[in-house]
Amino acid sequence: MSDIIYQIAGAIALAAILLAFIRMIKGPSSADRVVALDVMTIISISLIVFLALILQRSIYVDIALVYGLISFVGVVAIARYLERGL
Amino acid sequence: MELAGAIITLIGSVFLFLGALGLLRMPDIFNRMQAGTKATTMGTILFLTGIAIGHFESMGAGKIVILILFIIFTNPLSSHALARAAHHIGIPLAKKTVKNDLAEDEKKEEGGQL
Repeated sequence: MSDIIYQIAGAIALAAILLAFIRMIKGPSSADRVVALDVMTIISISLIVFLALILQRSIYVDIALVYGLISFVGVVAIARYLERGL
Repeated sequence: MELAGAIITLIGSVFLFLGALGLLRMPDIFNRMQAGTKATTMGTILFLTGIAIGHFESMGAGKIVILILFIIFTNPLSSHALARAAHHIGIPLAKKTVKNDLAEDEKKEEGGQL
């Protein structure tokens, strides 16, 4: 029972990534695309932990931590670049 | 306990989906940013909490708690940096906007200096 609920939750999160990807393609300005990229990485962190649950490998949680760190640094660097402060 | 974790994870994934839907449908970059940041932060917290309390032994709940704290601290920071950049490069607001206090203050400051 609970496994099915977990899988439905993962499918809904995957659909959310698809919506954010549509915004990333359509986005009128470059800042819109960076916002969509930020949202996609945050949903991806959830999905990596979900993958660790499905495949029963708790080492993937470490990968999610490092992925979050690198995406944060990347988004801040792109924001500084858009502001012409870099 | 596992069923409770699964239900919390489902609620979190609904938050994630609504955040992404708001990102797609909002008219303006600042509206998109507030939909895409706050709802996604809440959704990620609920998603990870559900997994951590559903499978307490096999998943290593301490690392997931560290991940949740990390997301709480860094997500508003990156959103703030992006909003600041979007304001400074002059991306226009939506047509329905009725008040822009920051632009008025900046105009007033420039007038005072001249």
